[in-house]
Amino acid sequence: MRDAAAREAGALLAGLAEGFPRAQFGTSLGDEVARVEREDLVAFAAAAREAGLTTFIDLCAVDYLNRPEGRFEVVVNLLSMRLPLRLRILVAVPGEDPQVPSLTGVFAGANFYEREAYDLFGIRFPGHPDLTRILLPDEWEGHPLRKDNPVGAVPVQFKAVEGR
Amino acid sequence: MSNPPDFVTGETEGPELPEREAAPAEGAGTAEARRRVHELWMAGTEAPGEAGGFTSEGAQEMLAEEEGAVLAGQMGTLVGDDYSSPVGPAGEDTQIINMGPQHPSTHGVLRLQLELEGETIRRAKPIIGYLHTGMEKTAEALTFAQGCTNVTRMDYLSPFFEELCFSLATERLLGIQVPPRAQAIRVMMTELNRVASHLIWVATQGMDVGALSMMLYGWRERELCLRFFEKVTGLRMNHNYIRPGGVAADLPDGWEDDLAEILEKVPAGIADYEGLLDDNPIFRERTVGVGVISADECRAYGVTGPILRATGVAWDLRRAFPYSGIEQYRFEVPIGQGGDTYDRYKVRMEEMRQSLSIVTQVAESLPPGDYRSDDRKVTPPPRARLDQSMEALIHHFKLFTEGFKVPAGEVYQAVESPRGELGMYLVSRGEAKPWRLHVRGPSFANVQALPVMLADSLIADTVATLASVDPLLGDVDR
Repeated sequence: MRDAAAREAGALLAGLAEGFPRAQFGTSLGDEVARVEREDLVAFAAAAREAGLTTFIDLCAVDYLNRPEGRFEVVVNLLSMRLPLRLRILVAVPGEDPQVPSLTGVFAGANFYEREAYDLFGIRFPGHPDLTRILLPDEWEGHPLRKDNPVGAVPVQFKAVEGR
Repeated sequence: MSNPPDFVTGETEGPELPEREAAPAEGAGTAEARRRVHELWMAGTEAPGEAGGFTSEGAQEMLAEEEGAVLAGQMGTLVGDDYSSPVGPAGEDTQIINMGPQHPSTHGVLRLQLELEGETIRRAKPIIGYLHTGMEKTAEALTFAQGCTNVTRMDYLSPFFEELCFSLATERLLGIQVPPRAQAIRVMMTELNRVASHLIWVATQGMDVGALSMMLYGWRERELCLRFFEKVTGLRMNHNYIRPGGVAADLPDGWEDDLAEILEKVPAGIADYEGLLDDNPIFRERTVGVGVISADECRAYGVTGPILRATGVAWDLRRAFPYSGIEQYRFEVPIGQGGDTYDRYKVRMEEMRQSLSIVTQVAESLPPGDYRSDDRKVTPPPRARLDQSMEALIHHFKLFTEGFKVPAGEVYQAVESPRGELGMYLVSRGEAKPWRLHVRGPSFANVQALPVMLADSLIADTVATLASVDPLLGDVDR
């Protein structure tokens, strides 16, 4: 039973690898990981959904500051409940042009997660229907989870204070 | 029309108002005319028109329907449905109201913007962030050893799950094994925590649909669990008990008696609740067919936990990706059929029974041995060793000053929390502090799907639906 599921999972990943020769597949501590080019992300996610990874689990960003292949990384977690199989998609994003095409057209659940990544990291998601801040107030300056935004550097702002 | 009086001084020295054209005689009684007369002016502002600006929430507000933005997440998705109400195009007779952020039924500081047509909800938009405290940023400033104190404060009704998830992720990066006794204690505490969390849910769900006595009963039984937690961990909430490498301390003397009391009284309580609610005509009227969501919608939105299981999908991470040795114990995964509020109620009630069954099995088969790893690079040495061993003293000093270093790598670890999949994405760069900790809170995804459950329902059902989602704003906003 488990063997059959493992074979099917292997076939699923092999099918994706065939369709996207530029994507690099590997594992990280037992997790299946695919490193995908930014331009391929939407097509890759759509193909993964067709292949059976129908559950959208998570999207987040990481700031690696001085990394040659790109300062930011956008991390997407997909899941197949049938197999079961998890696939983590990593997309390197250059710091001078922080944008990634939106996944909201493929997975409705990407909506809030992309807003969160935009809010905290300043990564833009062209194609997102409502890319606004989600956790912080609209008038907040900066994107606090960036590594060049140290803890406590910004005085806490409140809405409708006097003099604003 | 003269200038309105200054609210503070009582003098009429307000700004020069633009001269109004006199209302036409035949229209004097119209709503338009009345609106003009009652234009508000706030003392200290430039002109009447300015006063409206200061309560604006800006871009997070619900957008006009023609812009299509609010629920446009559904466009072209797997769901492929349009959740706008079929009552026709938005007309003059829709109104937008705010529920919250200070509303007793939102269980925290969630704000719901609802566009109503009569009493029917056309569109809904959850607005979150009122409880955001930047805990993911804080985690980058704390060592791995301190991390559990931080994450345990996110989902404050199921803190053991947060600690367990963080500890499992750290242990995977470290590559260390946890002794069987520590694993069993972890399973016992988390499953008991699931019962405590679901008891809060049944208390508030009952209260929100009018069964006020449920509130008291639920808290009464939960108190037994909290007393047990306090005895074991020293704290009723935010325990910091499960830590990388094991648990903080072994179970205290006499824990079996406290657990026996829980295992006797809580199942009796659950049976009582079911007697009260199962066939209660008011409860059924308020919950059956209310807040429906389908399995495909759940998958597209990342909705997990009891909400997903109520749609008929037997998805439980304890089965699919077992953690902490939970696969050794027998338990069932209850599922519903309709995906409505009543099914969620049934699923959660049965989950409490299954969790208590797991706790019983753990208590009967608790393996002997150490309650934490003996890897002294991760867990501190016993106090007695400090007087005898220089090595132990060094380890102790290093652990409590610098913390332990974790090999570089990235890992995603998920556990089945009472609200669904709680995941943590942990990135280490070989230092004693995590480079990045992202928490995938189950409530965040579940709240996102609220518009799907609320579309086309009555505004009175909002409260019942919201309670059945069991959102925890500490978990949503982090």
